[in-house]
Order: sequence, then C-alpha cells, then structure tokens
Amino acid sequence: MRDVAIVAFAQSNCQRDAGAQNEVELIMPVLTEVFKQTGIKSAQDVDFTCSGSCDYQQGAAFAFVAGVDALGAVPPIKESHVEMDAAWALYEAWLKIQMGTAESALLYGFGKSSPGELPIVLSQQLDPYYLAPLWVDTIAFAAMQARTMLDSGEITEADMAEVVARSRNNALKNPHAQLKGDQTVADLLKEATYVSPLRRHDCCPISDGACAMIICTIEKAEEWGKPYAIIKGIDHRIETHHIGSRDLSRSVSTEIAGKAAGVADGPVDVAELYAPFSHQEIILKKALGLGDDTVINPSGGVLAGNVMMASGLSRIGEVAMRIIRGEAKRGVAHATSGPCLQQNLITVLEAK
Amino acid sequence: MAQLAAVVGVGQTKYKTKRKDVSIAGMVREAAVNALEDAGLTWNDIDAVIIGKAPDMFEGVIMPELYLTDALGCNGKPMLRVHTAGSVGGSTAIVAATYVQSGVFKRILTVSFEKQSESNAMWALSNPQPFSPHLNAGAGGYFAPIIREYMRRSNAPYDAGIKVAVKDRLHGAKNPLAHLQLPEITMKEVEDSPMLWEPLRFLEACPSSDGACAMVIANEELAAKSPRKPAWIRGAAMRSEPTMYAGREQVNPRAGIDCAKDVYAQAGIHNPRKDLDCAEIYVPFSWYEPMWLENLGFADEGKGWELTMSGATSLTEGGDIPWNPSGGVLCSNPIGASGMIRFAEAAQQVRGEAGDHQVDGAKTALGHAYGGGAQFYSMWVVSSEKA
Repeated sequence: MRDVAIVAFAQSNCQRDAGAQNEVELIMPVLTEVFKQTGIKSAQDVDFTCSGSCDYQQGAAFAFVAGVDALGAVPPIKESHVEMDAAWALYEAWLKIQMGTAESALLYGFGKSSPGELPIVLSQQLDPYYLAPLWVDTIAFAAMQARTMLDSGEITEADMAEVVARSRNNALKNPHAQLKGDQTVADLLKEATYVSPLRRHDCCPISDGACAMIICTIEKAEEWGKPYAIIKGIDHRIETHHIGSRDLSRSVSTEIAGKAAGVADGPVDVAELYAPFSHQEIILKKALGLGDDTVINPSGGVLAGNVMMASGLSRIGEVAMRIIRGEAKRGVAHATSGPCLQQNLITVLEAK
Repeated sequence: MAQLAAVVGVGQTKYKTKRKDVSIAGMVREAAVNALEDAGLTWNDIDAVIIGKAPDMFEGVIMPELYLTDALGCNGKPMLRVHTAGSVGGSTAIVAATYVQSGVFKRILTVSFEKQSESNAMWALSNPQPFSPHLNAGAGGYFAPIIREYMRRSNAPYDAGIKVAVKDRLHGAKNPLAHLQLPEITMKEVEDSPMLWEPLRFLEACPSSDGACAMVIANEELAAKSPRKPAWIRGAAMRSEPTMYAGREQVNPRAGIDCAKDVYAQAGIHNPRKDLDCAEIYVPFSWYEPMWLENLGFADEGKGWELTMSGATSLTEGGDIPWNPSGGVLCSNPIGASGMIRFAEAAQQVRGEAGDHQVDGAKTALGHAYGGGAQFYSMWVVSSEKA
C-alpha cells in the first residue's frame, strides 16, 4: 500500500438547526476552506471527488445531487457518492490513489437532520420485514446494549458518566462543538434517565453541518508544499444485522478492521472514536486495544456534536489536524454506521 | 499502477413487475448466488461486497445494505454502498473494479438491485425538495422536453423512437430474463399506444421492474483460473455535471461526451462503431438511442436517428453495431440495477455467454449508464482480450 497524505480538513460548527440553509450552503464554506488550505481554486484542481450523505435526512430522493452544485463541476468532473458516512467516500478515493488513477481527491460529507426526527427516521434502516415495522429507534437499541453491559457488571453508570464528563470538558476547547461544559460524574448521575439506562447526556446530540477533506499522494503534497498527515492503514468491516446474534458488549467488526489497519503496530497517541452513545466508547476502546496512555476524543467526540454522514470523516480530520499541528505522532480514527456499531471503519494516521 | 481485473461471474434474476416470491434479501441473494455459480466459487472466496441501488425511497429502507449483509455473506468483510442516481449500477461496477485494480483485494462481489414493487418510484422521484421548484413530473416528464428539442434540431422522423421501441423489444424476446416479452410487437402497436409525455408513448417507455444483478470481479491471477472466459476490463470512466447551469447543453451533455472520450482512450477505441462489436446503453426512453448514438460518437451530431432507422443497431436485422441485444432498459428496469445489467450484459457478450441474444464473435463491448438530469455518467469497455 502506498502512503496517502491528508493535506486539508475543515468542518462547520455543529448546530441543532441550520434553519433555512440548504445543503449547498452548508457545504460551500467547508469546501472554500479546504481549497484555501491546499492552495487550490476548486474541485477542478483535484483528480477525483467523492461525497457521503443520506437521502432520508432531507426526506427526498437524490438529496446528494444538489451537492454537486457546490463543486463548480463545469467542465464535468470525475465524481462519485456513497450513501454512507463520508469516511467511506475517503476509502473509495484512497483506492483510486492506490490504483494510480488519481493523485488527489476532495471528500465531503453533509447532513441536515433537523427537518426530521432522526432516531425515528433511522429506525427505518432496520430489516424491513421483521424490525422496521416495530419502529425501534436508535436510542432504544443503544439502551439495550448499555443494559447488557451494566447487567454483566462490565461497566457501571459512573463509567458511562465519566465518558460524558470528559467529552463535554474536552469540547470546551473545540469551537465547533455543540455541547460543552464542566460537569462532574456525580453531577451527571443526578440527572434522570431518558431511555433507561441512558440519560440524555449519554446520547449524542443531533446536529446539522458538513465537513471536507483533501487527500493526495505524498509527491503531490510535497509539490503543493503543504504539511500533511499520512494514512498508514485503513480498513472497514461490517457484521450481522441481527442484534440477537451479536455479543453487544463487543464490536467484532471494529476488532477485525483495527487489526487489518495495523492499530497495534505502534503506540497510539490520540484516538477519535465515533461513539454516539457513551458506553460505545468503552466498547470501541476495548475492540481497538487502546490503553490509558491514548488520549481519546480530545475534540469531545460525537457526544459534543454529531453531523450524521460527516462525523466519521470528521474523526479522521480531527486526528490528522492534531498530527499536522505536532500534537501527536500517531493516531487512530474510527467511523461507524448502523444500529449498535454494526459497520466500522478504522484509519491509522502518522506524522511524516 | 492499476492491476488488470476481469469479470469472471455474472448472475441476474428474472426481471418482472413484482417478485412476490422473494424478500429484498432473497432477490439480491438469488443474483449473487447465480454469479458465484457462474464463477465456480463460494461465499468464502469473496473478499468484499460492493453494493449499489438508486434512492432508498424506492423501497422505503434506509441504507438497506446494513440489513443485506447477512444475505450477501458479508459478515466480517468490507461492504460499501454506492449511490449515484440512475447511473448507480454502472458506478457500482466501476467502484467494485477499483477494489481489485488497486491491488488491495483479489476477488470481490458486486451487486445492485431495485425492488420497485415495494414502493412507488414515480412518487419517490416527485417528492418536493426543500428550496427547489417542485416538478412532480417523474423521469418521463423531465426528459420529454429535451427529446422534443433533439427532434427539432435533427429533423428526425417522428417514428425513430417507435423503431427503437420495437427493436429493443424484439431483442428482449431473445432474452429469457427480460421483463417485457413482446415477440409480436409492431411499429403500429407502439404508435397506437397512449401518449404519456409528448413525444413519448406508453410503449416507448421502460417498465417498472423488480430485479438484481451481480458480478464477481477478480485479479489477473485468479481470473486465469476461472472456469469460464473472463471479460477483461479495458477501461472505466465516470463524469458528473450539475443539473442546471447557464448554457448547459442538455440534449448532448458534455459529461457524456467527456466520459466516452476517456473510456475510449483507455481501451484504445478510435472509431466506436468499428472498434466495438456491440453496446449495452442506458436507453429508458426510446429517443435516447439516437441521442446517445451521437453523444457517444457512434454518429455525427444530428445523424444518430439515421443509424437507428437503417437497422445498424438491430441484432435481428443483422446490423453492424447492435445496441442493447439484451433488450435493454426498455425491456427491464430495476432502476438501481439497470446500469449494472448494461455492464454485465456487455461482459456476457465478450465472454460468449449471452445465449440467444449473443452477437456473433463479439470481442469488445461498451457498457453505459446515466442518471440524474442526464448529468451522471459511468461507462466501461470490456474485452475477451487482455490488451
């Protein structure tokens, strides 16, 4: 595998409701920012563009088509789209660079969840014959997962609150975060349960926004004369959809992806884990074999702001920017999709 | 450096209005199993699954690949879901090929499907979009004015579309998997069918189908061990442009022209009509055959209809460049799969596996798909020869 460089990353502020801003208006500022960071003018200056989004957030078929309006795709460009988090768009572009048909690529992800009720909307990504008719929402599934872990004694409610307290505290330093604050575990545990055993703060917020990234070959990054972080390994895996067939306290697909991406091949200074529910950070930390010397979710993670379809790519961007700023030498980023961490993508990043 | 890759297995379902006998998972698995059997392989031989379909609203299932992982033997493996509007079946095949051409994977399965009977595509396409004018026209209503403009510019005879509708249905009658089986169809029957969107009559439009298509793509080493002939991927290209912009050429879109030039350059095609033996082209409405003949360089601008009327694109009339020998989208249209069916049928032709609709001695073929407002394109050239 050849090394691939991340040279630019931008994300919008996570906001509960972007109001009348449409998708193009959410995407444009982050595109402008990554073009500026790279020193290029538009999508015409990269070899490939790929995005991630979900029609059901907007409530209309072909929601991504309007996104093309943000690109200035005249003359026509080489472009593709995944109905997945934009972290998988990065994967598609990474393959193109491995193949040698692209030297550089623009990735972006966007989501405007505010027009609908996201947890209920996402219940329709379940098996349409046996599960979706029950309208089990994402929070109910996560609550079942947390309950099995609490009942087995593997975690306590204080462990979950610790994740939240650290996330909100870290988010104080993140200008894009939606939820931040200085709360103790004891404060958090005083709050009422929402969907037992989850409290509201155990669940990620719902956010509107977008993010964008530019990747390229090492040669191209040198030619552009920009600092960069290197993608050393990347892998994604899925596991069974049937919750009853899974050990919910483990993420087997994360374990396989982590191994394939080479997480354990060196020390991990920093990790950004896409854990929409507090207990899932504990599952992911275990699945990746991360120790207490790894700083987890310094941005506050998705408990501080979760732009569906962009958050996974943002995790990768957060780690890359820390490496570029010299705050870390080696890091791991994780993206997820599906109920109870069904599908996962792991990226290992290093300084040059 | 790109690695060589080839299609070593193709599997399709029977296409029909309603597949009431299978679930979505059952239908997708049927195509996948057929592809594995064609390739002489089992689930364990597959390294990753790349899946594509058109908007999730066509079935009402968000990201259905999450639920389909079990049916596609993908647990513990990578799965990627592509969505690029109507071109998605073609784009998915190209992304799937990338998994192998990058050298990262040795052999992958790619699947695309649509079970239109689960929902209503016309409704799903006409849902009002926030901040956008509401057309409520479906695909036919969107493309009809563009076709009228083509007719005005080219002075094409009024029955060029009717000719395509008959030709593709006669082709489809040779393909047992085709949805519409109309071996007795006549020009008069098409002409007498109800006008839906002037100038498109009922029989000049594609049907609404359930169905799935799958392919196994392998690297050079594994393709050589394959029991049946491989179809070598000689070129693959995609292009996108916005739906609307000032001065956009909608009859002969630049994205299609550029995409064709790119894929021909990769495959060493100088004169598509001469250098290709047949083509499977996304023609959901009859008039798109003459329009795409021009867009793809088979005919000069304004002359595509002459090729159609001469019978050059007809297998049954012994034309020199048969288009859609399988019957094409006009016979079977499981939307998300329709592009991949074009790519897979092109592969079957060069593998010599196309059965009754085989073009004699076909060595090199073009697969084509388009989507959105004729703004997203994907194409590949496959050949019985490596280089």
